[in-house]
Amino acid sequence: MSLSQTGDRLPASGAARGRQRAPRGLAPILLPTFSLLIVLLAINYFNPRAISYFGFNLMLNLAVPVTLATMAQLCVITVNDLDLSIGAYVGFIACVAATLLASRPWVGAAIILGSVALYAALGALVYLRQLPSIVVTVGMSFVWLGLALLILPTPGGQAPGWLHALVSISPPFVPFPILAALVIAGVMHVVLMQTAFGTLLRGAGGNEAAMARAGWSMLRIKITAYALAGLFGSLAGMALVGVTTSADANMANNYTLLAVAGAILGGAEFTGGRISPIGAVIGALTLQLAAVALNFFRLPDLLPGFRIPSEWQVGAQGLILILILAVRAVISRSEP
Amino acid sequence: MTLSPRTALLSHWAKQPWLWSFFGALGVYGLVLVFARGHGAWNVLTTALAFSAFTVLVGIGQMFVITLGPGNIDLSLPATIGFASAVAMKVMDGADSRIVLGLAAAVGAGWAIGTLNYLLIRLLRIPPLIATLSSSFVIRSVGISYGRGLQIVPPPGFAYLTTARIGGISLLALLVLAFSAIAALLVKRTVYGRSVLAIGQNMRAARLAGIPVGRVRWLTYTLCGGLGGLCGAFLAGFTGGSSLDVGAEYLLTSIAVVVIGGTSVAGGMANVPGLWGGALMLFMTSTLLNASGLGVGARDLFTGLIIITVITLAGGMRQARQG
Repeated sequence: MSLSQTGDRLPASGAARGRQRAPRGLAPILLPTFSLLIVLLAINYFNPRAISYFGFNLMLNLAVPVTLATMAQLCVITVNDLDLSIGAYVGFIACVAATLLASRPWVGAAIILGSVALYAALGALVYLRQLPSIVVTVGMSFVWLGLALLILPTPGGQAPGWLHALVSISPPFVPFPILAALVIAGVMHVVLMQTAFGTLLRGAGGNEAAMARAGWSMLRIKITAYALAGLFGSLAGMALVGVTTSADANMANNYTLLAVAGAILGGAEFTGGRISPIGAVIGALTLQLAAVALNFFRLPDLLPGFRIPSEWQVGAQGLILILILAVRAVISRSEP
Repeated sequence: MTLSPRTALLSHWAKQPWLWSFFGALGVYGLVLVFARGHGAWNVLTTALAFSAFTVLVGIGQMFVITLGPGNIDLSLPATIGFASAVAMKVMDGADSRIVLGLAAAVGAGWAIGTLNYLLIRLLRIPPLIATLSSSFVIRSVGISYGRGLQIVPPPGFAYLTTARIGGISLLALLVLAFSAIAALLVKRTVYGRSVLAIGQNMRAARLAGIPVGRVRWLTYTLCGGLGGLCGAFLAGFTGGSSLDVGAEYLLTSIAVVVIGGTSVAGGMANVPGLWGGALMLFMTSTLLNASGLGVGARDLFTGLIIITVITLAGGMRQARQG
C-alpha cells in the first residue's frame, strides 16, 4: 500500500525529480543529529550531572528495546509498508521470554523462531494478495496481544538470568545503551545502505513494478523485509524483558507509535524506500531523552517551584515530531 | 441475455460485500445461542446493539477518512475520545441544564482536533498517518493534564439518556441508527459524499474536475474528530464518568469495523450498513468467547484472525474484479 498521498498540492514533476537527484550522503541525518544535540544541551543546562556514565545508563535504560523496535518498523517502512502491530509483538515476545524462555528454553526459543517465521509469512500474504499492510497488521496486533494474554494472563514472570545480565553489562567508558545504539546503527547502516541486498529492499520501496520487471522476486524481498522486522521485534522484546525483568502483555503497546515516530524523526520518508538507519537510531534516542529532559526542566529564578508534570512526556515527543517535520517542510520548500 | 428481475436482484445482492459482515454476525449470534441453550437471545441482541452504537459512531468518521484514499487514516481517535469525554464532563459539571452545552463542547473539541490534523497534513505536507499520530501524542498529554483529578459524575439526566432503553432497545443505538441512515444518504446523495468518493478514487482527477479537494478533506477530518468527540461524551455518560483510556480500544476497532463492513481500504468506496454488521460481529464474537470461558486472550486472538480473514477475502475479490 502506497502512502504517498501527502499534501494537497501535487508536486510539479520537475521538483520531484530534483528531490530525487539530491545527494543522500550525510544530509538526512543532519536534522536528527541537530535535534539530539539540542535535547542533550537542554539536559546539560538543567541537570549537568545527568551527562555522565551513570546518568546515561539511567536515562536510556529503555532505549535499547525502543531502538530495536524502531529498526523493525524501519525494515517494513523500507518496502513502503507500515507495521501497526510491532508494539503488541514486542509485548508478546517479552511475555514468552519471561515465561517459557526461562522455564523451558528450547520451547521458548522455538516459539520465538516460529513467530519470526509468521512475520515472514505475513510479508508473503501482504504481497501475494496485495493487501494493505496497515489493516493486516492491525489484525495481527490483536493476534499477538491475544497470544500474549494466553501465555501470561496477569503481569508477572521472570526474565532468564542471562538476558538480564546481558542488558546490565557495564562496558568501560561508554554506557551500554549508547554502545548498543552504535552497534545497531552500524549494523543496520551496512545491511540496508551498503549491501546489494539492502539496495534491493530499498529498490522495492522505490518502484515495485520496476524491480519485478528487472527479474527480482518481489515475493522474496517482501518476505525478507518482514522477517527482518520480526527478528528485530523479537530482539526488542527480549531486551525489554531483560531491563524490566518481568512482563505484561500490554507493556509495549506504545512502541508501535513510538517506533514510527522514531523512524520518521530520523529522516525516513513514506515513499520510495528513502530511509536512514543511523537517523532512525538517533531519532529513537532523541525521543527517549526528550521525555527525560522534561523532568529536569526547572527555572528557579523565573518560576520557583515550577515543574513540568510527567504527563507532558508524550506531548513533548509529539511536539518534537511536529517541529522536525515543520523544519523539513520549510527546507524542502526552499529547495530550488 | 436478459436477466429476469428476480435473478438481477439476487445478483445485485450477492455483489454487496457488506452483507457478509451481517452473515458473520448472524452466524456468531447463532453460536452464542447454542452455547446459552437459547437463553437470553433478546438480551444478547440488545446489549450488542447498545455497545455497537459507540463503535459505529466512530466507525462512520473513520470510514469517511479512509474513503479519502490510500494513506488517509485517523490515528488520533482514541486521544480525541478521551479528551472530549473529559471536556464534556467538565462543561456539564453534573447539571442537567448544561447537557446540550457539554455535548456541543465535546463535538467542538473533536472538530478543533480534526482541523488541527488537517492543518498538519496540509502545511507540513506529511501523510495523514504521521499527522494524526503526532497530534495524538500532544492531545493525549493535554487530555491527561486537563482531566487530572477530574471526578465529575455525569448529570443524572445525561446518564439516563445514554443508558435509557425504549422497548428494550438502547435509545443511543436508535439515535446512532438514525444517524447511520443520514450518513448513508450523505455518501450516496450529496455533493459532499460524492466528492469524498471521487477524491478517494483519484485525487488528481477530482481536482481537475473542479472539486474543492482541500475543503472536502478538511470537512472529513473535522467530521471524524467531531464524531469521536460525541462518542467520548456518550461514553462518559454511559460509564458514569470520563476516563482518558476510554478511547483506547477504538483505534483498532474503528479500523476493523470499516474493513469488515466492506468499505474499500484503497478508498473511493464507502459502506455504512456494513459498519453495523462489523460492529455486531465483533461484539458477538467477544460474547461467544466470554461465554465459552476462554477469556480475553482468546477473544483478541479471534478478533485478529477475523480481521485478517476478511481482508484476505475482500482483497481477493478486488483482484478478481480487476482481472
